Amino acid sequence: MIRAVILAVALLAVPLLPGYVVSLAIQMLIFAVLAVSVDIMAGFAGRTPLGHGAIFGVSTYVVVWWVTAMSGSVAIAILLGVLAATALALLMGLLASRVSGVYFLLLTLALGMIVWGVCLRWTSVTGGENGLRGSVRPALLAGDTALYYVVLAATLVLAWLAWRLVRSPFGLALRGLRDSEGRMRALGYNVTLHLVLAFTASGFLAGCAGALYALFNEFASPSTVALGQSVRGLLMAITGGVGTIAGGFVGSVVIVSLENLVSLYTARWQTVMGLVFIVIMLVAPDGILGRIRQISRPFQGERA
Amino acid sequence: MLAALSPFQLLNGLTLASLLFIVASGFTLIFGLLRIVNLAHGALYLLGGYVAWSASQAGAPFALAALAAMLAVAAAGLALDQGLLRFVRGAELRQVLLTLGVGLVIDDLCLVAWGGDTLSIPVPLPGAVRFAGLFYPKYRLLVLASGIVVFAALWLLLNRTRLGALIRAGVDDRETIEAMGINIRLVFLATFLLGAALAGLGGAIGGGFLTLYPGADADILVFALAVVIIGGRGSLVGAAVGAVLVGLLNTVGQVAFPELSYFAVFGPMAALLAFRPLGLFGRKA
Repeated sequence: MIRAVILAVALLAVPLLPGYVVSLAIQMLIFAVLAVSVDIMAGFAGRTPLGHGAIFGVSTYVVVWWVTAMSGSVAIAILLGVLAATALALLMGLLASRVSGVYFLLLTLALGMIVWGVCLRWTSVTGGENGLRGSVRPALLAGDTALYYVVLAATLVLAWLAWRLVRSPFGLALRGLRDSEGRMRALGYNVTLHLVLAFTASGFLAGCAGALYALFNEFASPSTVALGQSVRGLLMAITGGVGTIAGGFVGSVVIVSLENLVSLYTARWQTVMGLVFIVIMLVAPDGILGRIRQISRPFQGERA
Repeated sequence: MLAALSPFQLLNGLTLASLLFIVASGFTLIFGLLRIVNLAHGALYLLGGYVAWSASQAGAPFALAALAAMLAVAAAGLALDQGLLRFVRGAELRQVLLTLGVGLVIDDLCLVAWGGDTLSIPVPLPGAVRFAGLFYPKYRLLVLASGIVVFAALWLLLNRTRLGALIRAGVDDRETIEAMGINIRLVFLATFLLGAALAGLGGAIGGGFLTLYPGADADILVFALAVVIIGGRGSLVGAAVGAVLVGLLNTVGQVAFPELSYFAVFGPMAALLAFRPLGLFGRKA
């Protein structure tokens, strides 16, 4: 019921709202995909990453670069962007899958910093601090409403893919890893392989989000791949509640709304973002959905 | 690889290593003993730098400004530990993400208080000195010396005092030391304050030659992370070796392939972490 209402609002009501709201809705959808990709690692594989902003941003860079510098088509650009992000995620996964806990977080953070450093300094290709700008959107998607429907469709497909992934035997194995790595190893599961594949799949989703972001923003700069982007993605995943696909959407809607609400009154968004982190870690480490589930558990059976 | 460096570049690498050691030693003490990855450490560094800048603007000599920075940042550390971290003890990831949030807040509030311009702390020893055919800034030599002094002081503290023995014992086996009737909480607090004060000292020293600007906290934090990851959690010698490696690798990177200089530091670090997760001198908890 709730799902039907949300879908109906998303399909029918949002495009009727002012342009500003439509553009917010596009951002919510794009960052929901990023949050879901973070959540596949943080919530399902039990490894909290802090480098997904880099994967996301590499895709954005490649798309904008292919369309502007190489004068290529958008379709190929998106393909290349997602491919580059997935390849980067595979590489990061190979390196990071050997460690866990805070070390995983630190290693993915450091790997993300390498990407940021390259984007900042490889001026001849990335435009350095100025970044890359150009008209990426094809004429058909020039208006925000058209883009909104494309992003909505893509988001639904990607969320469905993520949902299938975590419900599959592979996804169950990931949860097994999260809960008891030693036991899964004893059962004969190849832990490293599972983690690398999960990271790659998660990177694919982050890359798709990055490519959509290139369509929306038509601009890529070092801040697109910076630590701040990874922090944002993780914050959304955690705010919504890790270990739930829907949590990514809740987190994205809450954080994007909050960001825009706060910016009406003050330029101190970063302080507010930090405070959200602090408050969530202190009072609701399982996020909004986790909190709701906790409260409602006495009244209904546990639903995964 | 090092042969490609001129003595001047080599010294630059070592002075950077000195600063990195001061910052990273505080980080690694806290990480080693309290198991807290303090992602606000970079922000504490920046805060210390700004405090030292303000103190020196008010006419304080450099040493006094550095002391003010250490005290102010230790106070901030006290507030962070007792006000926030106290509530999430033992939950590693919650602690990390909490300190990440604290870092964001401090960084942003520093921007409000000190503005977005690049600031530089007036250095105590201006000018340069000529030796062995080199013309080298005196202040940088002071930085080099202070790194060595801090290393010696920390080594003595850890190896020759009761507090140091407690800290080392706490790194190796927290349960046993608690069972022996030691109030580990106080040891923890002392370590946290010491670590924070070192970040403040780093800010004061770094503010003299790396300058202070919004975002300097993230820059120094990732280097400190690299140092600690390479050296191994909780190891003073590891932090020293890691700092020298990172300082030199960074210099080699900037000389050999400036566009990809981040690779020079973080590539080896990632490889090391993948194959030796505990770092060069890290031991299993």
